[in-house]
Amino acid sequence: MTASLKNLPGTGDFARGIHPSDEKGLAQNSPIEIVPPPAQIAIPMLQHTGAPCDPAVQVKQELAMGDKVGEAKGFISAPVHTSIAGTVMMASVTTLPNGRHVRTIPIKAGPNQVSGDALKAEIFGGEWPTSGLEKYEPAQIAAAVREAGLVGLGGAAFPTHVKLTRNEKRPVDTLLVNGCECEPYLTADYRLMVEFPAPIVTGALLAGHASGAKQIVIAVEDNKPAAVEALKKAAQGTAVQIATVHTKYPMGGERQVIPAVLKREVPTGGLPLDVGVVVVNVGTAAAIARAVLRGKALTHRIVSVTGRGIKNPKNLLVPIGITYQELIDYCGGFTADAARVVVGGPMMGFSISTFNIPVTKGTSGVVVLTQDDVKRAEETSCVRCGRCVDVCPLNLVPTKMALASKFEDWEMAKRYHLLACCECGCCGYICPANIPLVQLMRKGKAQMPRG
Amino acid sequence: MTDEPKQEAQQVAKVEPPSAPALHIAPGPHTFSTSLTTRRMMVDVLIALIPVLAVSFYVFRLYAAIQLVICIVSALAAEALFMAMRGKRATLSDFSAVVTGAILALSLPAHAPWYVGAVGAFVAIGLGKVIFGGLGQNIFNPAMLGRAFAMIAFPAAVGASAYVLKNCPIDGLTQATPLTALKQLGQNTGLLPLFCGTTNGSLGETSALACLLGGGYLCLRRTASWEIPAGVIAAVAVIGGLIQILHPGTGWTVLHELFGGALLFGAFYIATDPVSSPLTPRGKFIFGVGIGALVMLIRKLSGYPEGVMFSVLIMNALVPLMNRWTIPSPVGGPVPVGKK
Repeated sequence: MTASLKNLPGTGDFARGIHPSDEKGLAQNSPIEIVPPPAQIAIPMLQHTGAPCDPAVQVKQELAMGDKVGEAKGFISAPVHTSIAGTVMMASVTTLPNGRHVRTIPIKAGPNQVSGDALKAEIFGGEWPTSGLEKYEPAQIAAAVREAGLVGLGGAAFPTHVKLTRNEKRPVDTLLVNGCECEPYLTADYRLMVEFPAPIVTGALLAGHASGAKQIVIAVEDNKPAAVEALKKAAQGTAVQIATVHTKYPMGGERQVIPAVLKREVPTGGLPLDVGVVVVNVGTAAAIARAVLRGKALTHRIVSVTGRGIKNPKNLLVPIGITYQELIDYCGGFTADAARVVVGGPMMGFSISTFNIPVTKGTSGVVVLTQDDVKRAEETSCVRCGRCVDVCPLNLVPTKMALASKFEDWEMAKRYHLLACCECGCCGYICPANIPLVQLMRKGKAQMPRG
Repeated sequence: MTDEPKQEAQQVAKVEPPSAPALHIAPGPHTFSTSLTTRRMMVDVLIALIPVLAVSFYVFRLYAAIQLVICIVSALAAEALFMAMRGKRATLSDFSAVVTGAILALSLPAHAPWYVGAVGAFVAIGLGKVIFGGLGQNIFNPAMLGRAFAMIAFPAAVGASAYVLKNCPIDGLTQATPLTALKQLGQNTGLLPLFCGTTNGSLGETSALACLLGGGYLCLRRTASWEIPAGVIAAVAVIGGLIQILHPGTGWTVLHELFGGALLFGAFYIATDPVSSPLTPRGKFIFGVGIGALVMLIRKLSGYPEGVMFSVLIMNALVPLMNRWTIPSPVGGPVPVGKK
């Protein structure tokens, strides 16, 4: 398949980037399976970008699935809900894969749980209308999305209602639904697009209506022809168009997919909103449909558990708050040569060493890599070959930024635009000297004096 | 068994079950391209030198082999010695010293005395590389620095006259190099010998064909950035073309300028040394253009018949400036001031 964008200004490609082996074959043909309800879950009070939630429940309180557990504080925040029916227990603290310590509220499962096919039907089943959606007021859609605790399911977990709230000063003309699952290994979005395209289309129409967008585009990479077919069928007769873009990392990034489809450049430090675009992930779109049409909170998500280090790679529909250990166990556990467990994709994900921590809204996958996968030659000196410059999707000079970071030369870091770095990992992937470039960028970005 | 032993990769204590695999944590990205390593880049250069070496062995016979052995062995010995003096682990296995030795050898006259290559190699590695902090830190192309030193220290053994060996059974060696013949005698050399390499000259420079073959491989592998040879060739073609238009009828054409002397060898093998060339594509092209222009300047206006070595060294000195001048503008523009 090749890129095809009818009536859209983009070429389906962005400059530079990399072509890692996609490794999607491990799990892409495994239909979504339902994990049995766990005996206990833990709901972190911060699962999104923004302010943490305040607990909204008392110890020993009985909750039904979807009841609110934490109330959002401030505009850029999202409430959290319980994904099982059960009893609230004593609050605790956990360390999420990204290193943040957050308060969690554990919930012990009660006797009556929705599970198996009933759960699947509850979340993705039923009718997903594509007409008559105008009856929902834009403000009503944004409010329902906020109430449902919706955040970007692609990984960054930015509260969705913020994007959908209309702003007179910055009108939106395009809603872009991001189906570019560009991280290697991950197939969660792919399975959703193939198996349940209808809620994605409905959600896209609702989000488009809420944000005031004139055109609605679902962008999918050209290595997912089955997803494109399924979406095209579901979107027939609607205002939603499907754009096929080139398969390249990091196509799923907002700053890459917007130029690829619309030929617009998001300003550094700005948002897609600055160029009249709202981007939501396909999983988010489906959750928007569910939140608006059925008033259901975000309680479950699809997670790919894959990699050569796991016995049976699968795509799972899991309750948020379940532990990684349970997902790993459900997939048969580790193989003998498992070496590293990564939450998220292998390019931008975080490796974890303890698995009794909860899955959050932004968890798109668990990738278990083997000794062979993570084997890397020793770090050598930079020979200034410029490969990192050749692949940086933001047109930066990673080797100089890393050097500035290393020696804490903030003048130089500024000269080379260190703060523009999005940590996509292209430079670290390609570096012939195996220099931990991304790690150095993160260090520099954290240390660099602002202002 | 971690990829980066220096980092905080730590072994996770797994109590049960006892047969559980050892898991590590490390910073991302967790997947890497393994197709290219520093060492592989050096090996690529050696592979790309095969056509050049083949022509060299064919034209200069044993002279080529002797010079190569002297220079490579000296370069390795120098690397081991100087790294030991710095108290660092010798980095012979990255093959960078082999590449420096080979390039130096191929830029010397066939029968330069043994000490020329040896001294050149020691200077190349010692003053050219290790003194700056080793691989990746040097400002100048080590091989060219070594050759420049040898040329000044032993002018009779490396200068223009040193290329000619009277009463030698090897045809090529009895004639002046094409550029010397042009400069001193006003004699033109045919394009075919220049292209195939059956002329006199430094060991690696004679054949344009061999340099194009090996250079093409380097550029396809992206071990050499194509922008540099493209810049060199563009500058020489433009300046040489202008001279041809302004002074027609000399028989010395722009193609002679391109195929003669060390131009293509320099453009593909010497100027493309990543360490001493700029980082950005734009900087690389400007660097190449600068070398090409300086080569033409030296060839036409100075007392030297050829100027690749000096041009490369001069442009090397400007690389830090060029890196500064060619910082690309990030996609989306610079980071706004006073904002994250």
